[in-house]
Amino acid sequence: MLTLSLNQRAALLSVLLLVVGLLAWEAAIPAQKAVGELTEYEILTGAGAPKAGVPPPSQVIAKAWEQLSDPFYDAGPNDKGIGIQIGYSIYRVLTGYFLAALVAIPLGFLIGMSPVAYKALNPFIQVLRPISPLAWMPLALFIIGDSEASAIFVIFICSIWPMLINTAFGVAGVREDWINVARTHELGALKTAFTVILPAAAPTIVTGMRISIGIAWLVIVAAEMLVGGTGIGYYVWNEWNNLDLTSVVFSILMIGVVGMLLDAMFGLLQRRVTYVE
Amino acid sequence: MKPFLSIENLTQRFPDGAGGELTVFEEATFGVEKGEFVVILGHSGCGKSTIMNILAGLAEPTSGGVIMDGQEVKGPSLDRGVVFQNYSLLPWLSTLKNVSFGVAARHPEWTKAEVEAHSTKFLAMVGLEGDVIRRKPSQLSGGMRQRVSIARAFANHPKLLLLDEPFGALDALTRGTIQDELLKIWGQMEQTVFMITHDIDEAILLADRILLMTNGPQARVAESVEITIPRPRNRTEIVEHPNYYAIRNHLVQFLGKRSKELSGKPSAPGQANTPATVRIDKAQTTEDPEDTQPALRAVNS
Repeated sequence: MLTLSLNQRAALLSVLLLVVGLLAWEAAIPAQKAVGELTEYEILTGAGAPKAGVPPPSQVIAKAWEQLSDPFYDAGPNDKGIGIQIGYSIYRVLTGYFLAALVAIPLGFLIGMSPVAYKALNPFIQVLRPISPLAWMPLALFIIGDSEASAIFVIFICSIWPMLINTAFGVAGVREDWINVARTHELGALKTAFTVILPAAAPTIVTGMRISIGIAWLVIVAAEMLVGGTGIGYYVWNEWNNLDLTSVVFSILMIGVVGMLLDAMFGLLQRRVTYVE
Repeated sequence: MKPFLSIENLTQRFPDGAGGELTVFEEATFGVEKGEFVVILGHSGCGKSTIMNILAGLAEPTSGGVIMDGQEVKGPSLDRGVVFQNYSLLPWLSTLKNVSFGVAARHPEWTKAEVEAHSTKFLAMVGLEGDVIRRKPSQLSGGMRQRVSIARAFANHPKLLLLDEPFGALDALTRGTIQDELLKIWGQMEQTVFMITHDIDEAILLADRILLMTNGPQARVAESVEITIPRPRNRTEIVEHPNYYAIRNHLVQFLGKRSKELSGKPSAPGQANTPATVRIDKAQTTEDPEDTQPALRAVNS
């Protein structure tokens, strides 16, 4: 009897679910009515054009093939390849995200080390954190003026909280014993921060970074729908305006794939900094 | 002439949570000579660990002070190495790195190769060699971890080595092996050691002198018992020594009965609580019951 490993069985089940799902989807989409039976009046009023509808998977796959075989073409402001659009989104996400990390991690360190700073800043964090990042958009657009910079600001403001809170939490939770080891070895404040506190808190900090990048990727799509111009979010909205649902479904899938890849990168980083006590 | 390490009128009080104060110990006064191995024995809650933390510079006494080698102890220092009960190894560093980061802190002028060679040497002294030193602490047994911690402390040649119940979390067999390792490395290095333990046999095996503490609160270092068993000692041979059971009985009696009877008596402020010296040596004279009298007198006064 053939025995499969757990992973093999899981992979087999995944493929099976995919095939069944795609077939069900394909079967659920009604075929377009043949054009020949239309009256002249109907043809004149445009009823002869194919009706917009949710595309079957076969069309989406064809679209994906077409788009991914030439992802970086640029035929004017409203017709750019999916690669360019995603590139813009990733650029905005990473810029806002790293600016946020630059602020959140040192500040989180400070808050984690100092109970006074923790108590003093906590009310601000608690009020600012639950604000939907998009709610900042009008204010950002007004103050910053530039739509590109506003999108980056929105990413910045939504990425900062999980990193800030996790860094503070991780730093505050570093075992007293390890700090004492640093103290009895006369390590200076900076040396202690980099050789003891940072590695000790790193798993918690990276968890915060991983949550942040996930949120940032969620938010960029919505932000780009608002600011327009370029980016995957704008692309989705533009294709919706074109009533090209095939492209909409395809770009939704691409958003998922890119988000997964971003998360996987931080998953790798997390595995590197994790230690067993 | 002051001893190498002089603990003077050390008092520790904590707020008791009900507006009052809890005196852990007061006016504790004793000394430790250079090269001496001193063990402090007492029940939980008598403030042994607090004394240890003050000696390490990790805690501040309410009043009184500690003078080592002519200098007051203020804050932690590389001159006072600590082996913590829970090993306190940094789990993200390899065994070798756990030792070498301490050596590098002690000798910033050394090259990386010198630091590694020195660390490897001390790990080998506690029986950790080869592939093992590249492993993370989580991949080592409890005994091996404590060996690393001991190697880290000895590798830094501190003027005073503080051991806070170093074998408390180990099983009896492992404990025995590491006690032997500790004796061996201590014999080679003439290190001054101050150690906390709960284990009477361990104390007799290792110590030159045992300080006995009464129960807390208001604990005192009541007696200083000399261990009149010649070195080098060996766990199987010391039990044959005529002094062994005499000393052991004295310690058991103290911890079982007298530590409770002597406890809880506040002492006059400013009056140093010096432990009474007890010397039990059957090899020279018969045990003199008068020897234990000073401690009892101190209570009656």
